[in-house]
Amino acid sequence: MSILEIIGGLLIVIGSIFLFLGALGIYRMPDVFNRLQAGTKASTLGAMATILGVGLLAPGWIFKVLIIILFIAYSNPISSHALARAMHKRKGYMYFKDEDIDAYSEIEEKDNSEK
Amino acid sequence: MDYIIYFSLTVMTLALILAAVRFYKGPSAGDRTLALDTMTTIGVSSIVLLAYLFDRYIYLDVALVYGVLGFIGVIVIARYLEKAL
Amino acid sequence: MKSDYLKKLSFGTKLSRFFMNWIFLIMVWIGFTNTFDMQEIIVGVLLTALISFLGIRLFTCCDLSLLHPVRLYNIAKFIIVFLIALIKSNFDVARRVLSPSLPINPGIVKFKTKLKTNFSKMVLANSITLTPGTLTIDVVDDTFYVHWIDTLTTNPEESYKEIAEQFEEILLKIF
Repeated sequence: MSILEIIGGLLIVIGSIFLFLGALGIYRMPDVFNRLQAGTKASTLGAMATILGVGLLAPGWIFKVLIIILFIAYSNPISSHALARAMHKRKGYMYFKDEDIDAYSEIEEKDNSEK
Repeated sequence: MDYIIYFSLTVMTLALILAAVRFYKGPSAGDRTLALDTMTTIGVSSIVLLAYLFDRYIYLDVALVYGVLGFIGVIVIARYLEKAL
Repeated sequence: MKSDYLKKLSFGTKLSRFFMNWIFLIMVWIGFTNTFDMQEIIVGVLLTALISFLGIRLFTCCDLSLLHPVRLYNIAKFIIVFLIALIKSNFDVARRVLSPSLPINPGIVKFKTKLKTNFSKMVLANSITLTPGTLTIDVVDDTFYVHWIDTLTTNPEESYKEIAEQFEEILLKIF
């Protein structure tokens, strides 16, 4: 076993564990914004690490693997941002611990008064 | 090396099951869409792993196109939920 | 931005954008085909030249001045800072998810940014989403609305220091 294979195998294992933690976060968190927090971060790094691990195991594929990694790093935050904005505009359930800290509601009040 | 990939695929399947539970339970449409997005990301990684396991280069194209379609689907659903479509 | 789209461009700007798009698209083409075969490269060079000529007014983010050595150094620095923040944020998520009591205190805060162009705001928003405990909800002109999983402060300047400063001072040097 060469050094590249060892690093690649480690990356694959770490990535799959992070993917699992992301799914666990989606399962456990109380509202949709916290679920987005856990899901986006963990699944992005998990997928990036797993795919980079495959790229190290099969060095001939490295360019295509890099394209897939770039695409995931670019697209995952955008989709989570679109979902978060949509759920806030639909007045989705928000979990607060002690007090309501919601600076974004001022924008919605402005939108409603313009209509 | 194969056993590492079997282990990772097992962990990913567990993650897929957890996300599917959230997809089934999810109180709002946003939760279901988020679960779908996560399932797409897990699916892309497992397709890339299967490409290495079966030594099929063409599966990487499948993973890339699946990722693109999942991304576009989530954006479209989000715009629809925002009543902007 | 609409005004940018309709603006008259000088010949030098057009040429510079054309070459930047061309270089970037050739790199993407090599990634897609994953080979250095001569036939593939020739077809790719011709196709990407056509696309980047058609896209001069669409891909407005950057031109050849991005390849200045100081900027390249800053881009490399940004990528390293970003990767460190990404790994940190994952351990943060793991700590929060695995602890039985779910230690979260969520809230939405806002702050102002100094960045001007749309592309740099998008890069900053994406990096904020992937850093520990924060998620960009919306960008209105130059105000960022950020969901924070562990709200330490509601003051705009302090939250700017906490969340965005490390990325923004590098991004200001790039764009």
